Amino acid sequence: MPDPKSESIEVLAPRKEPGILPATNRIKNLPWWALIILMLGIALVYAIANLPNYADAFYFIVPGLKVTLTVSITAFVIALVIGLIVGLGRISTNPIIYNLATFYVEVVRGIPMIVIIIYVAYVLVPIFISGANGLGAWILDTSWLGFLQDIGNSLSSLDITQINPIARAIAGLAFGFGAYEAEVFRAGIISIERGQMEAARSLGMTYLQAMRYIILPQAIRVILPPLGNDFIAMLKDSSLISVLAVRDLTQLGKLNRSRTFRTFETWNTVTYLYLSMTLLGSMGVKWLERKMKSGER
Amino acid sequence: MENDNIITIRNVYKRFKHVEALNDVSLDVKRGEVLFIFGPSGGGKSTLLRCINQLEKVNEGEIIVDGIRVTEPNADLDKLRSEVGMVFQLFNLFPHLTALQNITIAQEKVRQWPKEQAVETAHRLLKRVGLPEKADAYPDQLSGGQKQRVAIARALAMNPLIMLFDEPTSALDAEMIREVLDVMVDLAREGMTMLVVSHEMGFAKAAADRMVFLADARVIEEGSVEEIYTRPQHARTKAFIEQILY
Repeated sequence: MPDPKSESIEVLAPRKEPGILPATNRIKNLPWWALIILMLGIALVYAIANLPNYADAFYFIVPGLKVTLTVSITAFVIALVIGLIVGLGRISTNPIIYNLATFYVEVVRGIPMIVIIIYVAYVLVPIFISGANGLGAWILDTSWLGFLQDIGNSLSSLDITQINPIARAIAGLAFGFGAYEAEVFRAGIISIERGQMEAARSLGMTYLQAMRYIILPQAIRVILPPLGNDFIAMLKDSSLISVLAVRDLTQLGKLNRSRTFRTFETWNTVTYLYLSMTLLGSMGVKWLERKMKSGER
Repeated sequence: MENDNIITIRNVYKRFKHVEALNDVSLDVKRGEVLFIFGPSGGGKSTLLRCINQLEKVNEGEIIVDGIRVTEPNADLDKLRSEVGMVFQLFNLFPHLTALQNITIAQEKVRQWPKEQAVETAHRLLKRVGLPEKADAYPDQLSGGQKQRVAIARALAMNPLIMLFDEPTSALDAEMIREVLDVMVDLAREGMTMLVVSHEMGFAKAAADRMVFLADARVIEEGSVEEIYTRPQHARTKAFIEQILY
């Protein structure tokens, strides 16, 4: 029978210092996985420089990088704004605000991201546009709102056919990720001890002042690494917008394959481009984590 | 009509889920008075202070601070709190701000005072609590006693009418209690209205005008320090004083 005590002692045993490891162990502990990725990258660069099919695929696909990055960054910034507002709603003591915020979070988190993107692009955006049209027409018809005529004109002239797929894609991703960022913000805010809010309020600050000057600056340090991870997730999930025919990395990959029938070249290139972005991203997050832990301010 | 009361507490009840924290508590505090509130833990002392600046809402009864009925639903609580300084047991300094910024932030954001004036006030107060050299230190670079003195300066910066101290020395190591009490005694001598929840009988003797013994959510006994300390009328008070003096 194994003695539970000896097991726990083994767990507690101090880790060997890397400096005093024998040479074979040091080799064993090298980040081989990173070296393999690096070598695959070198192989890809070599292929692009020397093989016409690879060069062709690469130059066709690489503009998609810009689209993927633009859509991801824009959608993430909007998702952060949604997340902050909804996250505050999730900790609100007002039952109406709390329930609205929770409704959004629970609904969105219960639906696959690709369905959210399609739903927002083809259902919510059109509803929003026709709502804006209606509001604009109402403003123009209502005499005492004459001073809003410019707004009425621009709202009623919004045209659903002019809302391009990129805008719909950004709306869909932001709407979908907003729910997850809301939970990150909520967790960060409630991780700050209660006394901070009480001290701020006891000095006469309003709830929003206390949030802005006292709670959020502290919470942001806690949530920066998870937000970074969510941005990396956004970079990956932005590939789903190819269902809207947005010419991002994935969509250009699909187009290139059907144009050239060069499956290997196409998807090797697409895969490696995503991988380089996400790996760079997670290196950034690790750096952030270390900075938040050591620097503190 | 002679009414010099800055705080009037009338028949206040406060219940938390199943616990009665305040049971028919009435108390008057005169302008410039130093009130020492003591009693066993869980007796409702902290709750009483927190009801005065409405960090807790009362279930019944009314509290009037400087002529304003703060228990009314439409009372301006932000205004009230900016006039009532509070010092907490665990300091609650803002860890992302320096000592100086801890003292200036509410002056700037709540009072809208210009930055130069706020900084000047902060330096003056840091000097007053004996920490002129700690302006740029962050809270985690300060000892407990230093933190509490910065917290007192932070509350004083708002130029409050009243100062509430909620067990200001209970979280401090023995050798740091004195430096905080010294600041509080000075403040009392300058005529600040103070409500101090504490077990530091030394402070009560040095600076308190009146003592209130609060236990089981009620005011058991109140009177001058002399009366309560040397001739407690109530057996409960007597037993408690004997206990903490050991």
